Amino acid sequence: MRRQWALVMTAVTVAAGLSACGDSGSSDGKTIKVAYQKFGNFIGADELFKKIKPVFEQQNPGVKLKLIPIEADENSYYTKLGLMRRSKSTAPDVAYEDTFFVNSDAQARFLMPLDDKLASWPDWSQFVAASKAAGKAGDGHTYGVPMGTDTRGLWFNKKIFAKAGLPADWQPKNWNDLLTAARQIKAKVPGVIPLNVYAGKGVGEASSMQGFEMLLYGTADKLYDDQTKKWVAPSRGMNDAMNFLKTVYSEKLGPTQQQALDPHWSDNVAAQELPQGKLAIALDGSWLPQGWIPGGVSAWPDWSKTLGTAPMPTQNGQAPGKVSLSGGWLLSVGANTKNPDAAWKLVQLAMNKENSLFFYIKGTQVSVRNDVTSDPEYVKGNPTQQFWTSLVQYTQYRPAYSVYPQISNQLQAATEAVVTGQSAPDKAVNDLAGQIKQLAGPDKVEGTS
Amino acid sequence: MVAVDLPESTRPAARRSPAARGRRAAGRILPLVPAFALIALFFLGPILWCVYASFTDVALTGATASTPHLIGLRNYRRMFADPAFGQSLWLTVVFVVGSAVIGQNVGGMALALLMKSRHRIARAVVGAIVVGAWVMPELVAGFVWYAFLADDGTLNAILRAVGLHGKSWLYVMPLLSVIIANVWRGTAFSMLVYSAALSNVPEDLLEAAAVDGASAYRRLRHITLPLMRRAVMTNLMTITLQTLAVFTLIFVMTGGGPGTKTQTLPIYMYQSAFKFYQLGYGAALAIVLLAVGGVFSVIYLRMMREEI
Repeated sequence: MRRQWALVMTAVTVAAGLSACGDSGSSDGKTIKVAYQKFGNFIGADELFKKIKPVFEQQNPGVKLKLIPIEADENSYYTKLGLMRRSKSTAPDVAYEDTFFVNSDAQARFLMPLDDKLASWPDWSQFVAASKAAGKAGDGHTYGVPMGTDTRGLWFNKKIFAKAGLPADWQPKNWNDLLTAARQIKAKVPGVIPLNVYAGKGVGEASSMQGFEMLLYGTADKLYDDQTKKWVAPSRGMNDAMNFLKTVYSEKLGPTQQQALDPHWSDNVAAQELPQGKLAIALDGSWLPQGWIPGGVSAWPDWSKTLGTAPMPTQNGQAPGKVSLSGGWLLSVGANTKNPDAAWKLVQLAMNKENSLFFYIKGTQVSVRNDVTSDPEYVKGNPTQQFWTSLVQYTQYRPAYSVYPQISNQLQAATEAVVTGQSAPDKAVNDLAGQIKQLAGPDKVEGTS
Repeated sequence: MVAVDLPESTRPAARRSPAARGRRAAGRILPLVPAFALIALFFLGPILWCVYASFTDVALTGATASTPHLIGLRNYRRMFADPAFGQSLWLTVVFVVGSAVIGQNVGGMALALLMKSRHRIARAVVGAIVVGAWVMPELVAGFVWYAFLADDGTLNAILRAVGLHGKSWLYVMPLLSVIIANVWRGTAFSMLVYSAALSNVPEDLLEAAAVDGASAYRRLRHITLPLMRRAVMTNLMTITLQTLAVFTLIFVMTGGGPGTKTQTLPIYMYQSAFKFYQLGYGAALAIVLLAVGGVFSVIYLRMMREEI
């Protein structure tokens, strides 16, 4: 009797255990799962998909749309998305995808090529060429529809500029103009930080992209050569960029080392230093007004009167004269979706003119659709939007390879060594080149100096 | 697994045939099968996967995400050639020795000794305060310490109020900051273990020694501590393994920085696996972390076995 009882218990427990392992989500093609980021200020994607869910379900009877908002910062979002994709039963049918991972996710066979579908989609001709290229992987296929982008350049405080005797329509022509203005502010307006250029590991990717790479891409060199398919290190441009950082920090034109290396420094710049008039020039991104508009985390009604914008100049003013780097996100279709047609319909719906405009405004995105850019609704409420959108034609994207996050980490460490005075610029660049060789493989790296 | 040895004569099975004994053993083991199955599924399974993954180049994205290759010992070779790993290992050892072996252990013992034979109310108040720090979730404890030590935090506000200059504590002395925070958080556990062990030290033994003229120090050194030996070793092993795994506290307070100054092995592992997407390398680090815990355990077990 007792033994039978034990057998029954065993069977029940095992059965319960096994059924718990089964897939509770549906992968029968009747449900389309869309995964996207929802974090802090960034709720644009969530609002977009909530808005279109009833429309989609009405247009596609019998198909349900399941929203999977992932509450995580950018880096953790990607980790979670990657983990979801490791199993076919949890992989989303449509996902909010960083352009920057297109290559490595295509190699991982997480994504479905969309070339045929895009060719027959009339809206596709409205998208800016640079943004189309951002969704194209090294294998020549396109894996997503761009959801907008961001650009980078200079913000400056016109009130501080007036005190320092600098013009309100300031447009530096080269790096030297930038340094001259910073020195003038230091001399005439004590107590403010003249120029912020991100450096060090504290602020992470901001230091690579808004900092070092905005300088490097204004020289004759780049981080990655698309023709030879090699990383470029060391290079003359790298040395010059490091020397610029050294000048800013050693002449005390920038923030103190402690400020710059604080992990919260980039948040502080947007939420405190600029609004409180403690920072004159910021090399930063188009998205900053996200926090200043009504309802933002640090609402600042006067921001558009106080701040001016200028493109980041190239090193010596050489053509095209302006530098910008862009990130940006795509809507991609999962390689293993059971219902590719419905998934593609969702992408079309989410990225049509009306919904793109909705998302650009909610997410403080820079438009990549020509018909939206010319829509008066788009620039309403953000007077700088036109300026940031004008940079799209000059903008460049980071090398989108899976080794980049590690190389970026080394870039940050190298800039930290320079701004703290631990290494001289040329030594930091040589060390960096050694690290890149180790990470990418010596045959994937070429030096130019 | 605790095996209870019954005297031979009371075992009815001893008088039965071997077949009956086998059936009886099966009847005993069978109810344990679900438990074993669960342990295998949720505990052994992940560990085995981790061991396997540490010999592959599996990643979260890129070509090796869907088709990982076995690469033998390459992860381990890369690890031992990586100066960041050596630094992390060293920081981990310093963190464990500083905050667990010295801080929590000595602090817990001191508190337990001081609270012994104090007034009931004093014990209740001190106990509540210390245990209060311990029951706090790790995340909250980390945030509390961040708020205390940050540039515009409580400590600097107090210092300024009395006319002193504050410092950026988390920048100037990051490792010491996280060690102190972990001592603050974990000392209660040692205190509870030692309080319980102290109550098992026979009073008459101590009184007899006092009558014989032994000083308080000698009573502690030669009677109390030797009698608590097992409790000390058990406590050391527990807090060492707990501290080795501390992640949240450091992550919240410093994020492993500034630079890599507080990047202990768990933080380094997290960075490799989930920030650089190299699951295989992260798994190899996890195995090494397991081995470090094993080394500490073996040392303690050895010390426990030695008789006085």
